[in-house]
Amino acid sequence: MCLTHNFWSFFVSGLSNGFIYALIALGYTLVYGVLQLINFAHSEVFMIGGFGGLFVLNKAISGTPHGVASVGYVILGLLAGGIVGGAGAFLLERVAYRPLRRRHAPKLAYLISAIGASFFLFTFAGKEFGRDSVDIKAPFTNGNVFTLFGAKVQTYYVVDAIVAIIMLIFLDRVVAKTRLGQGIRAVAQDADTASLLGVNIDRVISNTFIIGGVLGGAAGFLFGLQSGVIFSMGTVPGIKAFTAAVLGGIGNIRGAVLGGLILGVVESLSVACINNAWTDVIAFGILVLVLLVRPTGLLGERLGRSA
Amino acid sequence: MTAETAPAEATHVSDPILVVDNITLRFGGVTSLSDVSLQQNRGEILAVIGPNGAGKTSLFNSVTGVYRPQQGTITLRMADGANVSVIGRKPNRVTQLGVARTFQNIRLFNALTAVENVKIGVEARQKTGPVGAMLRLPRSRREERESDERAFELLGFVGLGARANDLAAGLSYGDQRRLEIARALATDPQLLLLDEPAAGTNPVEKRDLEGLIRKINAEMSVSVLLIEHDMRLVMSVASRVVVLNFGRVIAAGTPTEVQRTPAVVEAYLGAAAAEGNGDAAAG
Amino acid sequence: MTTATNDRPASAWERLTGNRDVQRFALCIATGVVVALMTGKSGNTHEPTAGITGTFKSANGYIWVAIFLVIWALLTAREHYSSSYGAVQRRVSRTREQLLGDRRARYGLYGLMLLVAILLPYFVSNFWQEVLVGSIAPYVLLAVGLNVVVGFAGLLDLGYIAFYAVGAYTAAYFTGSLPAQPPFHVNPFWAYPLAIAFAMLSGVILGMPTLRLRGDYLAIVTLGFGLIIEIVANNLTSVTGGAQGVVNAVPPFSVHAGVHYTWPLELLPGNHVPWYYLILAIIVIVLILFHLLENSRVGRTWMALREDEVAAEAVGINPLKYKVMAFAIGASTSGVAGVFFASKTGTFTPGDFAFQASILVLVIVIFGGMGSLAGAVVGAIVLQYLPQALRGHIQQTDLYMYYGALLIVMMIFRPQGLVPSRRRAREIRLAERGIGTADSLAAPDQAP
Repeated sequence: MCLTHNFWSFFVSGLSNGFIYALIALGYTLVYGVLQLINFAHSEVFMIGGFGGLFVLNKAISGTPHGVASVGYVILGLLAGGIVGGAGAFLLERVAYRPLRRRHAPKLAYLISAIGASFFLFTFAGKEFGRDSVDIKAPFTNGNVFTLFGAKVQTYYVVDAIVAIIMLIFLDRVVAKTRLGQGIRAVAQDADTASLLGVNIDRVISNTFIIGGVLGGAAGFLFGLQSGVIFSMGTVPGIKAFTAAVLGGIGNIRGAVLGGLILGVVESLSVACINNAWTDVIAFGILVLVLLVRPTGLLGERLGRSA
Repeated sequence: MTAETAPAEATHVSDPILVVDNITLRFGGVTSLSDVSLQQNRGEILAVIGPNGAGKTSLFNSVTGVYRPQQGTITLRMADGANVSVIGRKPNRVTQLGVARTFQNIRLFNALTAVENVKIGVEARQKTGPVGAMLRLPRSRREERESDERAFELLGFVGLGARANDLAAGLSYGDQRRLEIARALATDPQLLLLDEPAAGTNPVEKRDLEGLIRKINAEMSVSVLLIEHDMRLVMSVASRVVVLNFGRVIAAGTPTEVQRTPAVVEAYLGAAAAEGNGDAAAG
Repeated sequence: MTTATNDRPASAWERLTGNRDVQRFALCIATGVVVALMTGKSGNTHEPTAGITGTFKSANGYIWVAIFLVIWALLTAREHYSSSYGAVQRRVSRTREQLLGDRRARYGLYGLMLLVAILLPYFVSNFWQEVLVGSIAPYVLLAVGLNVVVGFAGLLDLGYIAFYAVGAYTAAYFTGSLPAQPPFHVNPFWAYPLAIAFAMLSGVILGMPTLRLRGDYLAIVTLGFGLIIEIVANNLTSVTGGAQGVVNAVPPFSVHAGVHYTWPLELLPGNHVPWYYLILAIIVIVLILFHLLENSRVGRTWMALREDEVAAEAVGINPLKYKVMAFAIGASTSGVAGVFFASKTGTFTPGDFAFQASILVLVIVIFGGMGSLAGAVVGAIVLQYLPQALRGHIQQTDLYMYYGALLIVMMIFRPQGLVPSRRRAREIRLAERGIGTADSLAAPDQAP
């Protein structure tokens, strides 16, 4: 049976992809929580984060780094990706969404603006940076760190997992413990009441976008490390990440993580069984299935509580 | 626990049009309705009263199919005697069966004119499909005429004849309430549910509303189920009253009987007042 | 999380950044830079900064910044001298109201436009005839169809091009041009009704499960579907012919209806004129039918659903039925456009139905005016004409950058579109004042 052969290899690589999906999914879920809006352009934030990491690292690295230098470069790449992603998300909110809020635009307008922003950004990136895929200079040599049930776990997977877990713990703390997090949860529950209680809605929304952008941008860098960076890299992972967010429960942070991991693994295992070209269809199929059968997702929709 | 203090006043022969039997409605941890039963007779005006949060609108939503009670049954008795269960049906199906409603927060089609709002109610029952509409087949033209006529007729009935071509959003609050009633009537209901029709209206408008409700009941033979806080209005139009509190029926009977029931007075004014006199029902 | 307290006096920086004129200045300069970059040189993978430096080394960059400085000056003047500007604006909109309000004037205008359309091919070059038939006309049909879905019924379908593909592939299938052979071959004339039927059927099939979803979920599902269709067309080679597409898809048709008549399309390859009149006739018929539909019971039901779905349900309207109906009717025009495209071009590939094209149709509908038939037509003409007219200055690959930016700009500055339907403009005005939500996408809020 197609699954028994190399099961753990596929599982492990799927898990690694899953962490990336989780990071992107968080951007979708956070924004949906506070604005009830699918930020279609988040996929492009992911993409520009990839480019950020690409440019910085390709300028900074020469030769093949080892050891501490490797760690340094990975952190540098993450910072570059994260900062560019965060800045991009901030600008996106200011340009494409805030003016609509000011005019009390109907919901449809936000979605249309979102898709417009998405197309603008990736076509613009294609124009400015060319339409070929570019590899990021490797900050570390990708060997096998250890074997798990017979599956070779690459350095890359380990990096992925560690970075993702650290960022997720950090996010969890921010949302649960900080004033900002409180604000996000309040606005997600009831924006009008929150503003009556003195919460600065504009700033909360802005910060939510920034956080999502940082995570997405860092994910872009991680993704770029493995698959290269190209202007169109956002579209498909974006839809998959959104699927992950819905699968886990839109607005639910832990749900986004769970959804990302599940999606990554399921997708990876399906590659084992069916032709590569159809794997994207799997993710889409999951999306439709979840929306029809259990639209609130596995863990339910919520951002009001700290999960 | 249903606490019917006295059997319903026999102002109408017991010919039930709506039977709600022991329904319980829960949302997550909150129980909105608990073992609620009531029976409305054909042609009667029944009022549902109770403090805010008592579950009155939830009751309406259950009867119209918006919510689905976890337990109990809701049965509609049709004109030909058939009994139809409401539970599990979608709201538009329930309306097709002859139950129309208005909303507490007035939900009109704001960018449409008054007559267009009512026409939509009439047209919901028509049969012309897209093909008939595109080709302007005879039936579509006839139905269009009928919908125009009926819409103007109903607007006249509720007293909005002069404002037919005004935008719904531009009408006064009282007029908007009347328009919503006209639109509900356009669906040709046997039973009309009015959710706080007098809320936010001034005394003159309330007086007109009383007249309108009675007119609907008498001239159009429509049974009316009414949620109201205004006791004067309730006393004036309702033949029977059901009182809800915390999702349970605490009293049912004629308006006078219910006003005197201690449980009701307590619900509105607190236990101390219940000790005192019985005719101090809150407004 | 604190807002600035009003006790202490504003610092110089706060006064500067709070000043509306300054903000507008910064915005105009920034926009000028972005537009300059958009229209300027391109970078590439080896020289990512080439685009940016190239733009500002040439005059192009500065010209655009200067243009936006002028715009800033005009806007600022309007702010400070608003009374006179307002009077001019009022006079303009009043004349427009008068012109379009009068039914005879409107029909006169339509008649004139039809006359121009009929005579047009004789006044333009062969190149432009091809543009008319190959780019503009099909997109008019697509836009009119999507307008039913987005404009009349208020549903955001981001994968609309799928129906276009269904139309084309169905026609190719039934005339035996695909690897998979049909149970019966048909005279190419029947390819048209078959394509329409199959497009509508796919509208129903796609719609029935997905139209129960909330508006934003519908959008993303249709987006995904649009992506999938491309994958399927490319990979289901045994059925669709795969990535290399279909050759000689639909032969020109001849009709036997008592009298043998051959549409004279095969006679002169490269002669676009007969095709033009065929599609012009189709467009006129569709416009008339949809106009009648809009002003009928069905059109009003869609309006009601758009305004307030809960209230619509309460008066007995079945939302799913009418939404699926909108999808199916909207899909029908794409089916026709697909068949036409397949017969005219002869050869097509999955790449012709790329998911971006769905967005292009959306841009056309939004730009022209959501819910407005005239708007859809005007939008298609303008947005398909401009890329051709400016083809020396704008690269094909950059088009979607402009379309994307256009969507954002339209939503912010003119959501009702270029030629708004009066009703839609009204709804949007009301929504902005807090009354109603102008679409079916707001979270359904049940009575409490």
